[in-house]
Amino acid sequence: MNKLFASSIGRKLLVALSGMFLILFLVVHLSINLLLIFDDSGALFNKGAHFMATNPMVGVMEPLLAVGFVVHIMYATIVTIRNYRARPNGYLKNLPSANSSWESRNMFVLGGIILFFLILHLNHFFVKMKFTGDPLLTTVIIDGVAMKNSYLLVSSLFKENFWYSIGYMIWAVFLGFHLVHGFWSAFQTVGLNNEVWIQRLQNVSIIYATIIAAGFCIIPLYFIIFF
Amino acid sequence: MKIYLKIWRQKSPKDKGRFEMYPLDGVSPEMSFLEMLDYLNKTLIKEGKEPVVFESDCREGICGTCGLYINGRPHGNLRKTTTCELYMREFADGETITVEPWRAGAFPVVKDLVVDRHAFEKIMQAGGFITVNAGAAPDANTIPIPRDSFDKAFEAATCIGCGACVAACKNASAMLFVAAKVSHLALLPQGKPEAARRAKAMVAKMDELGFGSCTNTGACEAECPKGISIANIARLNREFLKANLKE
Ligand code: HEM
Ligand code: SF4
Ligand code: FES
Repeated sequence: MNKLFASSIGRKLLVALSGMFLILFLVVHLSINLLLIFDDSGALFNKGAHFMATNPMVGVMEPLLAVGFVVHIMYATIVTIRNYRARPNGYLKNLPSANSSWESRNMFVLGGIILFFLILHLNHFFVKMKFTGDPLLTTVIIDGVAMKNSYLLVSSLFKENFWYSIGYMIWAVFLGFHLVHGFWSAFQTVGLNNEVWIQRLQNVSIIYATIIAAGFCIIPLYFIIFF
Repeated sequence: MKIYLKIWRQKSPKDKGRFEMYPLDGVSPEMSFLEMLDYLNKTLIKEGKEPVVFESDCREGICGTCGLYINGRPHGNLRKTTTCELYMREFADGETITVEPWRAGAFPVVKDLVVDRHAFEKIMQAGGFITVNAGAAPDANTIPIPRDSFDKAFEAATCIGCGACVAACKNASAMLFVAAKVSHLALLPQGKPEAARRAKAMVAKMDELGFGSCTNTGACEAECPKGISIANIARLNREFLKANLKE
């Protein structure tokens, strides 16, 4: 097994498996976030956030998710550096757009952009909700249960910080591009692909990436337009 | 027609190398790209200059020696075409054509446009064969092979080892070549018994020789003169993972 993960295919396998895990995580994350726009009183989102903060399953998944991100970023970086070194002298004239998509060639750049916003994002929400607290994170009672008013924290930022909202939407689009290639590529890497399924998986990639990108964009748009 | 050739000249593996411009008049659109280079060399020899070194053998798209990076793409701008099958009618009168050797750490330049592709031979020697003596061609249908496997194995076997996949890949990865060779044998009954050992040995050799890893950009398939499908890469990944899980 040690040998496997020291091989080129083994390293890519780790990027793909962690990437698939992150793909599932995004579905859960987006579903919870969408509760923001279906109830302006905030009760629905607060209940969702409270569930995520207290459910023991989520407690197990949280460190796993952190490991997933670390493995993904670490191995993606190793793979990218080694691949860069495999061609010490480049071409004078090169037309890669004739044979491959932009996003497939720029996964590392896209990943870097995602990572930058991820850190910003953790700082704005996760750290405050989990550790430091925030004046906006007052306690509210919903259905007789006391919980933090996460809705207030999140919605205030979108309502009041126009540029944060714009940045968030740009981030969502970059994430979408990462996934247009990443989704089907992960299946290819783990060997779950063939002559027929390549096209199908590429189509599903586009659908999945569009849903994720559009889904994350709708939330700040909603607050910009209606508040 | 008159063309301007911007060609990579490098005296030896150690030489730094540089591009040189060669205006060439009297090129006919019916010339193949290699015939055009022959014509250029004739002109250069007449002028007492050193001819441009390039490789070719069959000149009919089956040997895989003639790979050149032409105007930013391996084997030129046409799909499923080798350099020897490329004709000057694809270029415009007065056009500047950039000609470069394959670029990859594992394919060092020997001279001018010729690169050392022994790395592919070494990968083949690591496991691209079956170890029993297969003898003479057997009678047809003595070993039943499903049509589907036969077709896929045949498609994989059409790889001519030209290296365009490596040249096109942003990672200089040899995965399409290795995938074609591994698939070709893994799909046939004669190749199956050694499939696991073969996949491991060939991938290990490929890594050792400094090829990059596959990030599924698909550039290899798009530029492969034989149109080898990246579905073979999925099969190689599968074979390799299976082989590693077995031990
Ligand atoms: C929620 C966030 C993310 C998701 C869902 C995700 C998903 C994926 C998936 C599914 C793949 C395809 C794996 C394969 O080709 O086999 C991939 C590849 C990649 N990811 Fe991410 N990723 C995320 C964040 C990041 C971040 C933060 C980085 C930061 C560096 C990154 C860098 C890369 C790179 C460089 C590749 C390409 C690896 C290669 O070239 O083989 N990703 N990602
Ligand atoms: S897979 Fe295609 S491009 Fe690569 S060596 Fe074989 S024939 Fe050439
Ligand atoms: S010279 Fe043989 S393939 Fe071009």
